[in-house]
This record gives sequence, C-alpha cells and structure tokens, in this order.
Amino acid sequence: MGEFTMKDTIILAIETSCDETAAAIIRNGTEIISNVVASQIESQKRFGGVVPEIASRHHVEQITIVIEEALEKANMQPSDLTAVAVTEGPGLVGALLIGINAAKAFAFVHNLPIIGVHHIAGHIYANALVQPMQFPLLALVVSGGHTELVLMKEHGSFEVIGETRDDAAGEAYDKVARVLNMPYPGGPHIDRLAHEADEAVEFPRAWLEDSYDFSFSGLKSAVINYKHNMDQRGEEINPAHVARGFQESVVEVLTTKTLRAAKEYNVKQVIAAGGVSANKGLRTSLEQVFEQEGIAFTVPPLKLCTDNAAMIGAAASYMYEAGVRGELSMNGVPGKELKSW
Amino acid sequence: MIWLGIETSNAPLSIAVVKDGQVLIEIVQNLKLTHSVTVMPTIQELLEKVNLKPSDIDGIAVSEGPGSYTGLRIGVTVAKTIAWSLKKPVVGVSSLKVLAANAQLFNGIICSLFDARRQNVYAASYTENLSETVIEEQHISIDELLEKLKEMSKPVMFVGLDVAIFKEKIVECLGELAYFAPTSLQLPRASKLIELVQNEPLPSVEEIHSFVPKYHRIAQAEAEWIKEQKRGNQ
Repeated sequence: MGEFTMKDTIILAIETSCDETAAAIIRNGTEIISNVVASQIESQKRFGGVVPEIASRHHVEQITIVIEEALEKANMQPSDLTAVAVTEGPGLVGALLIGINAAKAFAFVHNLPIIGVHHIAGHIYANALVQPMQFPLLALVVSGGHTELVLMKEHGSFEVIGETRDDAAGEAYDKVARVLNMPYPGGPHIDRLAHEADEAVEFPRAWLEDSYDFSFSGLKSAVINYKHNMDQRGEEINPAHVARGFQESVVEVLTTKTLRAAKEYNVKQVIAAGGVSANKGLRTSLEQVFEQEGIAFTVPPLKLCTDNAAMIGAAASYMYEAGVRGELSMNGVPGKELKSW
Repeated sequence: MIWLGIETSNAPLSIAVVKDGQVLIEIVQNLKLTHSVTVMPTIQELLEKVNLKPSDIDGIAVSEGPGSYTGLRIGVTVAKTIAWSLKKPVVGVSSLKVLAANAQLFNGIICSLFDARRQNVYAASYTENLSETVIEEQHISIDELLEKLKEMSKPVMFVGLDVAIFKEKIVECLGELAYFAPTSLQLPRASKLIELVQNEPLPSVEEIHSFVPKYHRIAQAEAEWIKEQKRGNQ
C-alpha cells in the first residue's frame, strides 16, 4: 500500500450489516489494534435464522458499548484516529442504519472523515491483515448472503466474474441444516458431520456450462427431495451421509470454478473470504488444488472469515489512501454493488 | 446549558438547539425523506448557523417512542452516540407526549396518536398542561381508545398527522366533544422535547449505553416464538 511516511493511518471501523455488532481499530491497513464482535447468535438461533427486526434492536443495544470497547482495548482516544469507516452495504437495511448513523455521529463530534465500505470489499481485504495482496488476484467470496468470484487487478479494482444466480452457498448450508434438524447456523454442523461420514449420498453439481456463475437452489431441492422420498418409503436418512454428499457437491463446484478462473486470468494469488471460507472441507480442497498448481492461496483465520469490523477497517485504510471520503448524508444501501474505488 | 433536540419518531423530522431556555434555532419538516440521510446534515447545518461546535452541547433530548421502529432507531442511535462521544447525558421523551405538548393549553383532554395499522394506534392522553396522564401511552385499537375517552365525558383535542385517518370514527363516537388541532400543531417539535425535560434531573452518562427506543411492541418473530414456547409447555 501507499507509504505512511508522515503519520500512521488509524481507522475506527464499524460493521452492523447482519447479526454481529462489531468495531475495530486498524493501523495502516495491516495491523489489528483491537477487534470487538458482539454476536447475536444466541438470540437469533431461537428463530432458526436472522430476523431483521431483532437484529436491528440488538445493534442499538450494543453499538456504543462495542465502539467503546474497541477504543479501550486499543488504549486509544478519538483524537488518535485518522478516520471512521462503516459498512454501507450490502446487508439488512435496518441493521446497516445503526452502524452508519453511529459512525456519522461519532465522526461529526470528533471532526473525522467518514468512509463507507462495501461489505464484500471488507471480506476480501481481511486477507490484507494476514499478508500483502498480490495482483492480479482472484477472490472467492462465500457467505450466508454471497457467493462471488471477484477479480482484482490492483488495490481498489473489482470485477465480479461470477456470482450465484439463486441461493448463496451459506444459505444452502443453513437450509439443508434445517432439513437435517440441526441448529442455526447450520454450516459448522454440516462440515463436522461430513467429516465423520464414511460414505456420501450422491447429489448433482450445477456447472452452468462455461459460466463462472453458481447455483445452489437445485442442490438444496435435491436434498429436500431425497429426504422426502426416504420419508415416503418409511426409511431413515443418515444425516452424515447427506451432509457429506451435499458438502462434496458444494466444495467440488466452488473449487473447480475457482481453479479454472485462476488459470484463465493468470492470477498470482487466490484468496477465500466470507463466513463459509471457515468451512474445513472447502479450505482443505482449495489448499490442495492451489498447492498443486503452484498458485499462492490464502484464507484468513476463522475470526476474520465471519463478519467483523477489522476487515472493514482494512479496506477503508486503502480507500483513505486513495482519497475516498463519504458524506454525513450517507445511507444504508442494502443491495450495494461492488464497484472499484 | 445548551441542548440538542432530535425528533425522528415518525415521518416528520425536527431538530432544535436550545440555550438556557431560549430556542436558538429549530427545523420542522414533513417531507418524508429518509431520516438516515437528513438527520446528521441537519444537525451540522443548525449548529453552524448558531455558531456552535458539537462539543458545546451539554445535553441531548430525543424522542424515544412509540413510532416507526426504523425512525426511532435512527434518532436514538444518533442521540446516544453523540451523547456518549461527548460524555454528556441523553434524555428520552415520549413521542406522544411531545406531540400532545403542541396542544397543552387546551382546557380538556389532549389525545395524541400515531397510526399502528389494522385499526390500531399508539396513543396517550393528558390533562391541560400535561399535568396528569389520563391514558398511559400504549398500543391500542382505535375503538377501545375512543370508548375510554367517551367515558371521561370531557372535550378531547386530537393531535397528530394520523388523526385524519380516524376523523370520521372519532366524530361518530365523541360528537361535539371532539376537537382537532390546527395544521400548525400537527408536527412534533424538537424544542418541545427539550422543554419537557430541561428542568428534570438528568440521567448519568453511565446510562447512555443502555438507552434504547421504547417500541411498545415486541418484534413479531419474538411474539410468535413466545407463543410457541407456551404451547410447548402445556
């Protein structure tokens, strides 16, 4: 990134796009000074998924506590900060609005610039907190709300070369987990079960021909139909076999398409980002193929895969260097497109 | 003592700056713009006009509900974050009381209400000068509210933009006892928020973190979940 000869760039970042209230302080885009996440999983699991109204209510309860904790853990004062960053979208609009309005109010009182960050750019830049990014770079972003292949030719340049046409990968995990009567969030349970299974139920793969797009709703339906047919015949399903079959389908499609794109665009580095990149099955598969291909592959540590504010701060540091600034009229943009800065 | 008042509980927006009991500046608008877009620039603009810095603010009064969930959250989030940043108190005021205060000189009962859909309202009623609360603020059906008011056999002044929705029903039930606030008194004013709290004891800054809107209703999903738990326990 740019030189920090004059003075460190210290960003307070806030993220409230879904069900985590998070704040972090990042130095020079690479160093996490503090990283606080207040999770709502305990509350939301009652409903088997994230209820937007409940998420918004929890964010209001947590927001100043989380920001205060981030400053205290960093042993910093507002006067030490260079800018305030916040997730502008995509996400749940009511949830986004809490982080955005808190960020604007804080920035206003302390006379700091404000930077609105794209949530997916944040997930990608979580990797900058692990090691420097090498371009051209291919990012596989997989989470409860996203499944995208993003090509980056340099910092701040994003080209979405493939995305899901229906369900996100994480969404499919959650839905299949529900079919298998597992608690929310389902991903980690399926991942664990899949590893324990000695055999797999065969499920289809959606290749969508030469496209880099994804589709997971057919796979989800195949799992539901399988269970339905077994129920009709009065037979018990083996959840582990179903979990392994489902996971194998998801992982094979994600890995194959990512590899093909990495070769076509001749990238120097492939990164995985987003909540589903915490999945062991996916990590292992990607690590193996890219080691064979001799292409650098990185995936952030688990706590930087799920939603957090450190990643927003990392992306914002590069945006700050590039001169990107937001306004006090910033609004939540639930369907925000990933654009270059 | 310099107060900042923030009112975003429903579609109208009002921001005021009051110094030592004098209104320095106030904006009241009914443009149905997104509060998230307008609140912070409006606060900035008003403070600039009266030549004050954010750090000059000694206290913040905000409309805490009931009202639109999103509107309340925007006002409360901005208010509590400014308060916490400045280490100055934030005081919540009932959005129904603020609205009723517009008609506080009425010699009778003052009833403020917001539409809550499906023939329900958020409503409260007070005596002249808001000296007594005769109907606590609540989520109630319009019919039940009107029955309660009818039993009091006193003139009632209705205040609020949503009163128009129920006007026919109100007249039908209360007849000549029903009065309707003039247009200029239908919008909540942030200076009234401040007026209602400026002589009260201030909460401590330790209470800022736990300050949240008063929604008066639990979220739909939570209500259903509770119902299910009860069913499960039977």
